[in-house]
Amino acid sequence: MAGATSGRSGVTGAATVAALLVAWYCLTTLTQTISTTRFPAPLEVWQALQQITLQGYADAKLHVHILHSCKLVLYGFLAAIAAGVPLGLLMGWSRKAEALINPAFLLLRPIPPLAWIPLAIVWLGLDDASKVLVIWFAAFVPSVINSYAGVRNIDPTLLEAARMLGISRSMLVREVLVPGAAPSIFTGLRLSLQACWTTLVAGELIGAIAGLGHVLYQGSLDIFPAMILVGMVGVAVAGGLMTKALEWGEQRAMPWRQA
Amino acid sequence: MAASVIGTLTRSQFVWLSSAGFMGFFAIWTLIAWSGLVQKQFLPTPFEVYDKFIELTQTPFVGYTLQQHLWSSFGRFGAGFGLAVLIGVPLGLLMGWFRWLDDMVTPLFDALRFVAPIAWVPFAALWFGTGIGGPVLIIFSGAFPPCVINAYRGAKFVELRYIEAAQTLGASNWRIISEVLLPASVPSIVAGLRISAGLGWQSLIGAELIVASSGIGYLIVKGQSNISTSIVMAGMIAIGIVGFAIDALLRRVESGINRRRGR
Repeated sequence: MAGATSGRSGVTGAATVAALLVAWYCLTTLTQTISTTRFPAPLEVWQALQQITLQGYADAKLHVHILHSCKLVLYGFLAAIAAGVPLGLLMGWSRKAEALINPAFLLLRPIPPLAWIPLAIVWLGLDDASKVLVIWFAAFVPSVINSYAGVRNIDPTLLEAARMLGISRSMLVREVLVPGAAPSIFTGLRLSLQACWTTLVAGELIGAIAGLGHVLYQGSLDIFPAMILVGMVGVAVAGGLMTKALEWGEQRAMPWRQA
Repeated sequence: MAASVIGTLTRSQFVWLSSAGFMGFFAIWTLIAWSGLVQKQFLPTPFEVYDKFIELTQTPFVGYTLQQHLWSSFGRFGAGFGLAVLIGVPLGLLMGWFRWLDDMVTPLFDALRFVAPIAWVPFAALWFGTGIGGPVLIIFSGAFPPCVINAYRGAKFVELRYIEAAQTLGASNWRIISEVLLPASVPSIVAGLRISAGLGWQSLIGAELIVASSGIGYLIVKGQSNISTSIVMAGMIAIGIVGFAIDALLRRVESGINRRRGR
C-alpha cells in the first residue's frame, strides 16, 4: 500500500517537473513569450554552466567559487559551535550564569544576522574576515539557545541519578550533559547552518572577490540571467549538500537515535 | 524537580545578577570605547549611539528620517508577508487535502527551499527594480515556506474522525477545507506565521542592503559607506526593536488563540 502510493506520488512529481521543464522550453525558446533578458532559456543555462566550469566567470571557475563559499561558512560555523555550545551548556547548567549572561542575549537576539553585515564591513572591510564574523554571529545565537534548551530538557532523574552516583564534574559534562542536550544542539545547528548560508550569500552579494554570491552579483551587473540562475542553483546545491553532511554527522554522533 | 539539581536563585539574586549582566554589557562597551583601544570612529559609546538615534528621528539621513525609513520598510514587509500568507496558507491546506496537489508541489517546493531567499536578489532587481517590487519578492520568498509547511502540517494532523464525520454528513471538499481543516489547523498556522514573519523581516533587511533606495536596511548601508558606526548601530537597534515588536505581537495572538481553545 505504502509502496504503491509513494510510487504513484513519485510519478506525479516527476511528471510535474517534466511538464514545467517543457513549459520553460516552450515559453522561452519556442514562443519567446518570456524574453531571455528576463529569464534564460534552457540552452543558455547549459552554456553558462559550461562557461563557468570550463573557462570560469567572475574571476574563477565554478568549483573555486563553491569551495570559497563553503570554506567561509565552515569557518564561521565551526567557530560559532566552539563558542556557542559551551556557553549554552553553561547557561543551562548554572542559573547564576544564565541570569548574568541572558540580558546581553536578550538585547542582541532580535537583531537579524544580516543587519550585522554593514557593521562587519565598517570594522573589518570587505575581506573574508567580515563575512566570517557575520556567519559566526548567525550561527552563534541559535547554537547557544539550543544547547541551553537542551540542558534544561534533560530528564531531571538522570541528573539526580548521576549526582547520587558521585559523578565528577568533567564526567557529568561528557556523559550526561552533552549527550542529553545533543538532539536539541543538532536541531540548533541545522537551523544555524541555513542562517549561515543566507548570510554568506548576502555578504558576498554586497562585496566579495570570489564565491557564489559574487557570481550572482557579477551576473546581475552583466545582466546575464543564465549565469544568475546557475549561481542560484549552485547556492541551493551547495547548501543542500552541507545540510546532508550535517545530518550524516548527526547520525554518527548520536547512533542511539534512529532518525 | 530540575531545580533541585540545577539549583535555584532567589528573586533578589536573580534581579541582582540580571541587572549586573545588563549593566556589565553596557559598561564593557563604554569602557572599550573610552579606553581608546578601538578608534572612536569604529566604536562609539552607547550614549553617542543614543544621541544619533534621537538625531535620526528628527533630521533626515539619505533623504528621510528614521521613522520614514522604517515606514517604507514596513510597507514592503506588509506586502511581502501578506502575499506569502494569502498564497501560502491556502496552498498548504489544499496540499493537505488533495493528494495529487501534494505530489505535484512537494518536489518543486523541496528544490526551491534550498535557495536562500537572498539569492533571489539579482532576479528581483532584474524583474522589479529597486522600488517596492524587488524587496517584496525577496520577503515573499523568505516568508512563504513556513506558511505552506505549517498549514500543510496542520491540515495533515486533523483528527480523522472530524473529517469522517463531515464526509458522512455529505460536506463538499470546499466545506471540509474551510470548516474543518482551516479551523483545526489555526494553532499550527499561527505558529508558522511567527516563523514566517521573523524570516520575512530578516529577508527584508537583506533585500534593502542591496536593492533599495529607502528603508531601514538602506539607512545602515549608507551609514556604512559614510563610515558612521553610530548610524549603523542606531539603525541596527531600530531593526531589533521592530523585529521584536512584530514577534511580540504575533506571540500575543498565538497565546490568545491557544487560550481560547483551552490549551
